[in-house]
Amino acid sequence: MSETPMPLWEVFIRTRSGMPHKHCGSVHAADATMALQAARDVYTRRGEAVSIWVVPSRAITASDPADKDQLFEPTGDKPYRHPTFYQVPDEVGHM
Amino acid sequence: MYTQGLNVSDAGPRTAAEDPARLAAFQGKVDAEDKIEPNDWMPDGYRRTLVRQMSQHAHSEVIGMQPEGNWLTRAPSLRRKAGLLAKVQDEAGHGLYLYAAAETLGITREAMIEELIAGKAKYSSIFNYPTLSWADIGAIGWLVDGAAIMNQIPLCRCSFGPYARAMIRICREESFHQRQGYEIMLTLANGTAAQKEMAQDALNRFWWPVLMMFGPSDRESLHSADTMRWKIKRFSNDDLRQKFVDATVPQGHYLGLTFPDPDLRFDAASGHWRFGAIDWSEFRRVVAGDGPCNRQRLKARTGAHADGAWVRAAALAHANKRAVAAARRDAAERP
Repeated sequence: MSETPMPLWEVFIRTRSGMPHKHCGSVHAADATMALQAARDVYTRRGEAVSIWVVPSRAITASDPADKDQLFEPTGDKPYRHPTFYQVPDEVGHM
Repeated sequence: MYTQGLNVSDAGPRTAAEDPARLAAFQGKVDAEDKIEPNDWMPDGYRRTLVRQMSQHAHSEVIGMQPEGNWLTRAPSLRRKAGLLAKVQDEAGHGLYLYAAAETLGITREAMIEELIAGKAKYSSIFNYPTLSWADIGAIGWLVDGAAIMNQIPLCRCSFGPYARAMIRICREESFHQRQGYEIMLTLANGTAAQKEMAQDALNRFWWPVLMMFGPSDRESLHSADTMRWKIKRFSNDDLRQKFVDATVPQGHYLGLTFPDPDLRFDAASGHWRFGAIDWSEFRRVVAGDGPCNRQRLKARTGAHADGAWVRAAALAHANKRAVAAARRDAAERP
């Protein structure tokens, strides 16, 4: 009989005050508390974090990298969403 | 944009019951330029002030789509239409970032929208002015977004983490908004006499209301002490207004336009442009609900919300149906 798989958690760490939590990897743990402890041991051994989030991996819905073009390519032909599209003479200064 | 939310005094219960040790720790963190995060302890007044300010900021982004949206179908070229559409889409996105950031304080988006629709929540006074000509779109981008940027740049350093992070993203995305407007003004100002007159008329109508966006003068501003101490607000209304005038007047002169203020003059000694007295009775009237378009704006927002109700209900019903079907499938597959 095979062993019950240990749930997987995604780990996000905030590296310094004011920064957003960023994904740094995952850990296996039986529950959220243990996942937090495991994440601390695995990902923050050198003072990398001021705070950790753990999220059950199965709670994450991800886009398929194969859909990258249909999802993101359409913004490629919209230069008017960028400041450089608009001509402001140098004399006017920074805007 | 839109720190007018900070000009209302916090009427909630004072912090008398709050633990002095916690208060001191909180203030220490703020003083050290550390960020306050949603799970941290915070004084009730700080939470209420932020909920009010952030929800009003979000409402302003959303209501702000109306005056500009008014010209989407009448933009004079495809280039102008694409630019304006991108800007209006940004405002919708910025409203959503801000509602989400405010929700970290324990209020729901539904509750915030209900307050807006009930007329209890405010939004920036500037959006209660009409956009009568295409030049108004130029004036809004140049002046309204220019004023907004003056207000929003310091908010990127606000003590509340989720607000500061939302503002950083918003400021980065908005960098094109003001250029878009100025380009429109420049094109009109260099066009025919009638086009230049349109640009001048837009500047004439928007100039004073834009100066009012910064809120009442520091001499009468009700409540900046708390918000300054809490580092939500970093500069006074008058300081930001002066900064805006100093940056904007030369830009207007470059366009070959004049400002509707006979008292406007450059004070060489201080290096500042001095401007005339603002008609605060107009500001109070507009904030109180009696501006040119207050009723129209709220009616449009209320109508859009009601018209969208069936879409929200259908989405939830559809998701629920799929969840029930999936659960049934799972149960059938289980040995």
